[in-house]
Amino acid sequence: MEFDLWAQLPSVLPEIGLTALAIVVLFADCYGSQATRRNVVYISAVSMALLALVPLIWLPDPALYENGALLWGGMVNYDPLAQIFKVMLLLGGAVTCVLAAGDKGVGDKGEFYLIVIVATLGGMMMSSASDLILVFVALETLSIPLYMLASFRRGDQRSAESGMKYFLYGAFASAIMLFGFSLLYGFTGTTNLAAIAAAMNSLGDGLVAVMVALVMVVLGFGFKIGAVPFHFWTPDVYEGAPTPVTAFVSVSSKAASFALLLRFMTAVFPADLVIAGVVIQDFWINLLVVISIISMSLGNIVALRQTNIKRLLAYSSIAQAGYTLIGVAALQGENPDLAVASVSFYMFMYIFTNLLVFGGAILFIAKTDSEEISDLAGLNRRSPWLALFMTIGLLSLGGIPPTAGFFGKFFLFQAAVNANLVGLALIAVTNAIIALYYYLVVIKVMYVDVGPDDDVAIGIPRVYGWSLGITALMVILLGTIVVTPIYNWATLGAAGL
Amino acid sequence: MEATGFSILTAIISIPLIAGVVILFLDGKNRDLVRGVGITAASAVLALSLAVFFGYDNYVKTAGGLVEQQMSMLAAGGQLSGTQMFADALAFEQRVVWVESLGIAYHVGVDGVSAPMVLLTGMVAVAGVLISWNITDRLREFMAFFMFLVAGVFGVFIAVDLFMLFFFYELAIFPMYLLIAGWGWVKLREYAAMKLTLYILVGSVFALVGAVAMYFTAGSYFSGPGAEVFRAALASGILPADSGAYSWNIVQLTLAAENGAYAIDILGIEGLSFAKFWFPFMFMGFGVLAGVFPFHNWSPDGHVAAPTAVSMIHAGVLMKVGAFAALRAGVQLLPEGAEAHLPWMVFLTLINVVYGALIAFRQRDFKYVIGFSSVSHMGLVSMGWATMNLTGMTGAGIQMFSHGAMTALFFGVVGMVYDRAHTRDIPSLGGFMKVMPWVGIAFVIGGLTSMGMPGLSGFIAEFPIFQGMWAASEQITLQLGIFELSNYYSVLVIIAALGIVITAAYVLRVAGQVFFGEFDSARFHDVGNIEMTDRIILIILGAPLIILGLYPPIMAPMIESGIRPLIALLGGG
Repeated sequence: MEFDLWAQLPSVLPEIGLTALAIVVLFADCYGSQATRRNVVYISAVSMALLALVPLIWLPDPALYENGALLWGGMVNYDPLAQIFKVMLLLGGAVTCVLAAGDKGVGDKGEFYLIVIVATLGGMMMSSASDLILVFVALETLSIPLYMLASFRRGDQRSAESGMKYFLYGAFASAIMLFGFSLLYGFTGTTNLAAIAAAMNSLGDGLVAVMVALVMVVLGFGFKIGAVPFHFWTPDVYEGAPTPVTAFVSVSSKAASFALLLRFMTAVFPADLVIAGVVIQDFWINLLVVISIISMSLGNIVALRQTNIKRLLAYSSIAQAGYTLIGVAALQGENPDLAVASVSFYMFMYIFTNLLVFGGAILFIAKTDSEEISDLAGLNRRSPWLALFMTIGLLSLGGIPPTAGFFGKFFLFQAAVNANLVGLALIAVTNAIIALYYYLVVIKVMYVDVGPDDDVAIGIPRVYGWSLGITALMVILLGTIVVTPIYNWATLGAAGL
Repeated sequence: MEATGFSILTAIISIPLIAGVVILFLDGKNRDLVRGVGITAASAVLALSLAVFFGYDNYVKTAGGLVEQQMSMLAAGGQLSGTQMFADALAFEQRVVWVESLGIAYHVGVDGVSAPMVLLTGMVAVAGVLISWNITDRLREFMAFFMFLVAGVFGVFIAVDLFMLFFFYELAIFPMYLLIAGWGWVKLREYAAMKLTLYILVGSVFALVGAVAMYFTAGSYFSGPGAEVFRAALASGILPADSGAYSWNIVQLTLAAENGAYAIDILGIEGLSFAKFWFPFMFMGFGVLAGVFPFHNWSPDGHVAAPTAVSMIHAGVLMKVGAFAALRAGVQLLPEGAEAHLPWMVFLTLINVVYGALIAFRQRDFKYVIGFSSVSHMGLVSMGWATMNLTGMTGAGIQMFSHGAMTALFFGVVGMVYDRAHTRDIPSLGGFMKVMPWVGIAFVIGGLTSMGMPGLSGFIAEFPIFQGMWAASEQITLQLGIFELSNYYSVLVIIAALGIVITAAYVLRVAGQVFFGEFDSARFHDVGNIEMTDRIILIILGAPLIILGLYPPIMAPMIESGIRPLIALLGGG
């Protein structure tokens, strides 16, 4: 195929823009005046938000992605799935920048934004990668900045410990995943995801080896999304890392990993892959179902006992990963587009929801220097807006209308029922109830309990307030009137797989 | 009735929603403003719901109108008659497509069962705002949450889209949690609020999974074997022209039920049809909120812990939401399942009736008496559904309205006594008739209603239920292994009637001990008569009991018109 730069450029335009932005931010931070350095946060946030428009302006060409055409020498997909995940990652990055702005020791350092930008770049590459090499490069481009971010508060022991733990676990998981990749390459002699499947299909043998590779890859993904039993890093890293970093880790890395998981599993281990009479898809679907059930149940049950808001959110995020896996497992159904759409929609709303909750927590922790849930008592009287924003976020995590979480969960359950996973759906709804308990307890503490500092008001900085407000509005809108366009867009995502 | 562009029902949901948001942004210290906005919104909603009720009444009673059509269709039978009857019965419809690819629409309308419920919600909304008139603690938040709760409740009653029904159902639960946890009785509120919320949510999400399964089953039926039926329904205008095979429209799901789409075997078990499997989830899932035994346990604690306004709306309206949703999403959509399961579930409803009354009799706390009496009376509603005939189900429909007004009145009375006497311990109260005669009279009226005294609405409700039980007795049999139980409904109804005797006993005991007897003027020296706002509450809630009792045609034909489609679905007259 003749290389047509202008036709291929849009597929990586946001990445190119982000790289340019990274360079600008680096120079502005090193050589800029005092005023410029203060404005790095706005430069980063606004540019990322604007870059989010790029995938919306240059739409991918259905004629190409529906035939599985790849760009840039077979490295890159440009389809609606990549597009929706790129948009959500960019928006998530932009919101993270603003939320970090006021945080001492984090937001006042320019390199923080640089690292966030690079991590986002990695996440975006993950969502469109179609080759083992690029998959791994993208994974590491996302992961290494995250290790740095976790230990960003160098002077703080907890932060350093958290960074170290994250790095050790992460490097271990990466190594195992890479080993899985190397096995796949070894059997098939190709690094292209779709070609691997085709080559394995013609193998006709080597079931055990393929299974080993599969399990290793799933293990790597399990680590990235924080699913049980690869979740051990989550609570400690979430608790120890600076709160804006926790917020970022909890959304971006998870969203990008789910994008890749969808693509990787459907491309490398598709439904028609049968080796020695074993349908490989059945195996990994069952594996994911089991992981999903344990993640949900363990995350939710352990979360019940937490008294620290960040640890609570850590366990809740384990459970949320479990819910989202339902959508991936539902790929086995007759309508995989329902499954793909449910995962994409869930991640889209989850980014806003989790950033909203963490945004509230960041401000509260910064102002009161406490991470205990019991210290949230009377927040409604200390700062009614902050309490309202956090309530909206928590309700959305719990899946109560009119917030986005209701639709998010609904789509997942729907996909599960459609894929004949009724039992899984029933376990998931039981879990949703358990989860609702601890979310409601936090809300109750904020609105009902009386604390010692009940009349000490907590002020919200203006820009911060606006960004939380817009995020909260998004959570409500995603649960009411913009459900349809986003869901339809997410449904298109299946076409490229 | 033809669908209109904008429905009065949309106004009924949006007014409290908008009022709630507005109130949240008001100055919390300006209590008059907060109360003013609250009562204005509630009154507007009551006025609109009166308009809906009488508008629908008019629709039913028009000569040659709905009722005659239904009679002729019931007589004729035919493949689409139940669905057709239901679709025709809907009035004040409005439909706006929401998520097109999934067949979700904002679709509202009322039928004969829901129109009285809309009126009831309007009445209790006004009464709830008035009884909260003197709340001093965070009135703004209280009023805003109360408005959201009212909006959610209205939404369930008027939803014609099953997804919307769930949406509003869950929307109502959260403000209720905060209202009870934040303003309830200090000793019990956190425990009771959480217990209630979890009970209700567990029920509803299990039902939600059932609903999703139903949606797919109906959808694949309409896009496969039932394509012909679907086209015919589109052509005849039962379904909106833009419907797809997969839809949450209750009319469409009913159509699937009537054509046997849910009769397929599932789980590979012979004889276990889709409808039989999912009916318990749907019926019991919502039945939790209606207090069906053994899932009634949240209810007395919840009622007692809640602030008065919330107890009123909770026992008065919310339990009906459960019973209504169980009827709409359970019996109507899975009639085959209803025929299989209701014959044994009727035993649970009997336990409700008798056991609830017995426990109520033993309580010392005034509010617990009323709480358990609600469990007992709601048992009669579910028992009415279990008769599966026109008489019994109509009685249950009337009982929903009658009990709603009555129990809200009771909780209002308890609140008024407690606010002044600061105790609810029955033995230490006494002689309150002397100082608050209005309240005493209201309690007596409510009490007589609950014992089913002729001339009051309770009689109009309970008598048909018992009559329906007798009539059902000959038709319903229950297969228990090798035994076949027949004619047992008549035994059950006799036992249930004993429940009424117990009701009379506890009502008379409470009336005697609280309102008559010796008044302890030393202890209750500051107890005075009630204010104007309280009198309005008693009139709003008490008057309908008498009006309906003396003139049943104001509601009975309407409810019958709402039940007839179900009778057609359940297999004829």
